[in-house]
Amino acid sequence: MRYSLIMHYPEMTEADLGTEAMNEGKAAFDDYAKALNEAGVLLAAEVLQQSASTTTLTARDGALKVQDGPFADTKEQLGGIFLIDVPDLDAALAWAEKCPAAYYGTIEIRPTAVHFEDGAWHGTI
Amino acid sequence: MARDDLTAKARAEVVARASYGRLLALLAARTGDIPGAEDALGDAFVQALSTWPASGVPANPEGWLMTVARNRQRDRAKSAAERTSAPLAAEPQVFDEVDPDAIPDKRLELMFVCAHPAIDPGIRTPLMLQTVLGFEAEQIARAFAMPTGTMAQRLVRAKRRIRDARIPFVVPTRADMPERLPAVLEAIYGAYAIDWLLVSGERESLAAESLYLASTLATLLDDEPEAYGLAALIAFSFSRARARTGADGRFVPLEEQDTTRWDATLIARGDDWLRRAARAQRLGRFQLEAAIQAVHAARARTGLTDWWALRTLYTALVELTPTLGARVSLAATIGTLDGPDAGLAALEAIEGAERFQPAWATRAHLLAEAGATREASAAYEKAISLTTESALRAHLTEKATRLSPNG
Repeated sequence: MRYSLIMHYPEMTEADLGTEAMNEGKAAFDDYAKALNEAGVLLAAEVLQQSASTTTLTARDGALKVQDGPFADTKEQLGGIFLIDVPDLDAALAWAEKCPAAYYGTIEIRPTAVHFEDGAWHGTI
Repeated sequence: MARDDLTAKARAEVVARASYGRLLALLAARTGDIPGAEDALGDAFVQALSTWPASGVPANPEGWLMTVARNRQRDRAKSAAERTSAPLAAEPQVFDEVDPDAIPDKRLELMFVCAHPAIDPGIRTPLMLQTVLGFEAEQIARAFAMPTGTMAQRLVRAKRRIRDARIPFVVPTRADMPERLPAVLEAIYGAYAIDWLLVSGERESLAAESLYLASTLATLLDDEPEAYGLAALIAFSFSRARARTGADGRFVPLEEQDTTRWDATLIARGDDWLRRAARAQRLGRFQLEAAIQAVHAARARTGLTDWWALRTLYTALVELTPTLGARVSLAATIGTLDGPDAGLAALEAIEGAERFQPAWATRAHLLAEAGATREASAAYEKAISLTTESALRAHLTEKATRLSPNG
C-alpha cells in the first residue's frame, strides 16, 4: 500500500534558522531518507520550496486565473512529502513517527487511492 | 568509532562533568536562578582559562571556580540591589582553602527541581542532562533527534519557569517522596531509553550518563530502594551493550549473545546495587526490572537462564506495571517454559499490542517454534514492516529466511 507522509510545518528560511540549524535539519532529512531507502520502502521524497515561490492557477469560474502565492495562506504550509510503500497503516505510522518534521510540524499519513504507473492506472477509488 | 572507545570516552567525560554539576547545583540552589548560575559559572570558567595558564592551576580548582562564580553572582545581585536600593547581606565565604568534599552537594535538590511536577515531563530528562551534567543544548538535541533551536528554546523556557515560579531547591520530605521520586527516576530512565528509539542506532548513546545520574541519585538518597533498582537496571543493560551487535552489524538477541563480551564490572555493580535495594524490603518496578536483568546476567556465571525465576519476576512486574513491554516479555517466557501454544495464548490476551513491534516479533518466533511456518512467515513480515532500525530488521529478516529454506 502506498502512503504519502505529507509534512506541514511553519516556513523558516536559512536566515531565520541560522546556517547550523539548517545543516542539522538537512542531515536529519538525509538520515531519514536513507533509512527509508535501506528498508526498501521509499518511492519518492520531495521537499518543496517555500510557498512564496508557489503559483496558483484556477479556471473554476470560467476564466483562467493565475495567482502568486499558495492556495491557502496558513501559518503552517505544505512542506513536502515522502511517498512510501508499506504493507499497512501500522508500518506507515512507525515510519511517520521517525520523520524529522514530526518534531516541529505535523505529518499527515494518507493512503493512495489510485496511481498511474507504466501507462496504466492501478488501484480502485 | 568503536563502541569501546565511545564508552571509555563517555566515562571520562562523566567524571569531568561531576564537578560541573556540583558547582551549578550549589550556585543555583542559593538563588533559584539556573540561567544566572550558568552565566556566573561560565564567567568563572572563562576567567580560569585566562589566568590558570600563567598562575598555575590552584590547589582546589573547584573551590576557586566556586568563589569566582559566587562573586560574580553577588556582583550581579548587588547591581540589581543598588537599582532597587535594598540592602544585601554579605556572604564572606571563600572556598579556596576548604576541602572539596566539604562543598555541600546540592545535585539531589537540582534533580528534584528538574523533575518537579510543574515542569513538562518531556523536558525533564534534557534539563537534567544540561544542569547536572553540563551538556550543551546541541548535544542533547542530537541525542533526542530534535533540532537544536527547538531544544534550546524548551530548555530556556523550563529554566525561566523554575526561576519565575520559584520552584524550591529542596529534597522532598519522606512523606512526599513516594509522590516525587518516580518522576526523577523516569527522567533518568528517559536518558537511557532514548538509546532504543533511534532510526539507525548511530546517534550518541547516553547510557553512561544515565548510569551516572542513577548512581548519583541512589548514593545521595541512600535509603531509596527504587533508586538503587534503577541504577542496577541500567548497569545490567549497559553491561551488554557490546554484545548486542554482531561483527556483521546485525542485532544479536539476548539469548544468543556471547557472554564473554558482557562487562563483568558493570554486572558486579548491578548485583551490588540490587542487594542494597533489597535491604529496604520495598519492592518496586525498577527493582523487578533489575532483578530480571540480574537473572539474565547470571548466565555469564552459570551458563543457564533460570526461566522459572523470570516467570515469577515478570508476573510480579505485570501485576505492578502492566506495560505492553512487560506483558509481551511474560508471554515470551511462558512460551519458553510451557511451549509455544501457551505463549501464543498469553500473547493473544494482550490488548492494544496491534502495532507493537516486539509483540509481532515474539508472535513470529512462537509460531515458528510451533511449526506454523506460513503464519510465522506472515508475522515476521509484519514485525519487519514495523521495524525502523536496520540492525534489528536484518536480524528478523534472517530469522524469516531460515523459516523456509526452500523459499
